[in-house]
Amino acid sequence: MNWKRKDLLDIRDLSKEEMLFILDTAESFKDISKREIKKVPTLRGKTVITLFYEPSTRTRTSFEIAAKRLSADTINISANTSSATKGESLKDTARNLESMRPDAIVIRHSMPGAPHMLARILDSSIINGGDGSHEHPTQALLDLFTIREKKGRTDGLKIVMVGDIAHSRVARSNIFSLKNFGNEVICCGPPTMIPPHIETLGVHVEYDLEKAVRNADVIMMLRIQKERGGTKYIPSTKEYSTLYGLTKKHVDRAADDVIVMHPGPMNRGIEIMDEVADGPSSVILDQVENGVAVRMAILYLLIGGEP
Amino acid sequence: MKKKVLLDKKAVDRTITRITHEILEKNEGSEALSLIGIRTRGVYLANRIQEKIRNVEGTSLPFGVLDITLYRDDISKLKWPEVKKTEIPFDVNNMTVILVDDVLHTGRTIRAAIDAIIDLGRPKKIQLAVLVDRGDRELPIHPDYAGIVCPVNENEEVLVRMSEIDGKEEVVIVKT
Repeated sequence: MNWKRKDLLDIRDLSKEEMLFILDTAESFKDISKREIKKVPTLRGKTVITLFYEPSTRTRTSFEIAAKRLSADTINISANTSSATKGESLKDTARNLESMRPDAIVIRHSMPGAPHMLARILDSSIINGGDGSHEHPTQALLDLFTIREKKGRTDGLKIVMVGDIAHSRVARSNIFSLKNFGNEVICCGPPTMIPPHIETLGVHVEYDLEKAVRNADVIMMLRIQKERGGTKYIPSTKEYSTLYGLTKKHVDRAADDVIVMHPGPMNRGIEIMDEVADGPSSVILDQVENGVAVRMAILYLLIGGEP
Repeated sequence: MKKKVLLDKKAVDRTITRITHEILEKNEGSEALSLIGIRTRGVYLANRIQEKIRNVEGTSLPFGVLDITLYRDDISKLKWPEVKKTEIPFDVNNMTVILVDDVLHTGRTIRAAIDAIIDLGRPKKIQLAVLVDRGDRELPIHPDYAGIVCPVNENEEVLVRMSEIDGKEEVVIVKT
């Protein structure tokens, strides 16, 4: 397949073919992280900047490790330690960074569309590391990779997403990818956290978690987005936990080989109980491991070959 | 496209048989030997050598598949370099690794392959077996076992066809 993209901005405009190509490429990279020498010289001399205007542990570390295992140089910039605190605009920051000739910029920003704007004004490859409540494409790809690894396929599965669908970029990106592959997707959560007209994306809505998880092949838990005012939409976290916290009882109602996913960070005891998070169905740490391989593949495809 | 046949099916088989015996002779048997084929056609050649050694010595050598894409020195100039899996399911430390490829030309593929193997461990020795040595090296690399040595003009290409993927088996020279 001919990979022609300069940027990875959202899942919505990726074709099935492109997604599978990223997954197949990631397969080749997964083994590198298991070796004694966890490094290949492929992106020697390339520079990757991670520009994060929102906090992150997993995504940023994952990108940084991915870049380093490919021998690229990485520089991390956090908004709270950068000139953003002195009032510099995103555009100016980005243009200044580009003058230092990076090959790729991974950006996380609270404004939806921020990565798209950078992609328009910069020559560097732009990777969306999460833009507001819009999309988080690399998370959806690593989720798809994990589903394929555990289920042996990416289609015809019953997938339940539970939680704050309205504010979750992970939910949105996953809905686009999973529906594109023809899965049955059920969104479950309190009515205040389910956006109106979400059915137009081809998903079903079920407010009762016990009904939603019946025979599910995959259960994807989402976090309450406290930083986006998520707790305003529920009377109390106690009530939320009682109605939508995933317990072993729910997992037992699902398919025998159900997998439980969570993009992290988990609010244990709220949306997911310890018995499930640490139970045999949990693939949460596999997701993190696969994240490195998928991000290596993305960096490789975007900046590895001739521009 | 004009082509000249260097080896036909039978000759390919005879050549691989000879390489196999040379490997066993030089290493005094098959102990601590392993085979690593370079994708794509080196893998099939290594497969044949493994089969022949099994027939002669009754042992099945550890076998690996190597994709050198990530170690290429021209990667930033390639259009869409596709990476395939490297699968080396054995410990290369203290092994004598026989690296197998179809055609040896500039030596750059072999340089990349050696680097890739050394990132996996420290083999005792690495030896190189190729079906065709077409000359014109750009690096100081020399095969330990060469099926045929055949200097070829710059505007010509040596094609090795293996029945497993090409449907027929031969070594030919074509004008490009």
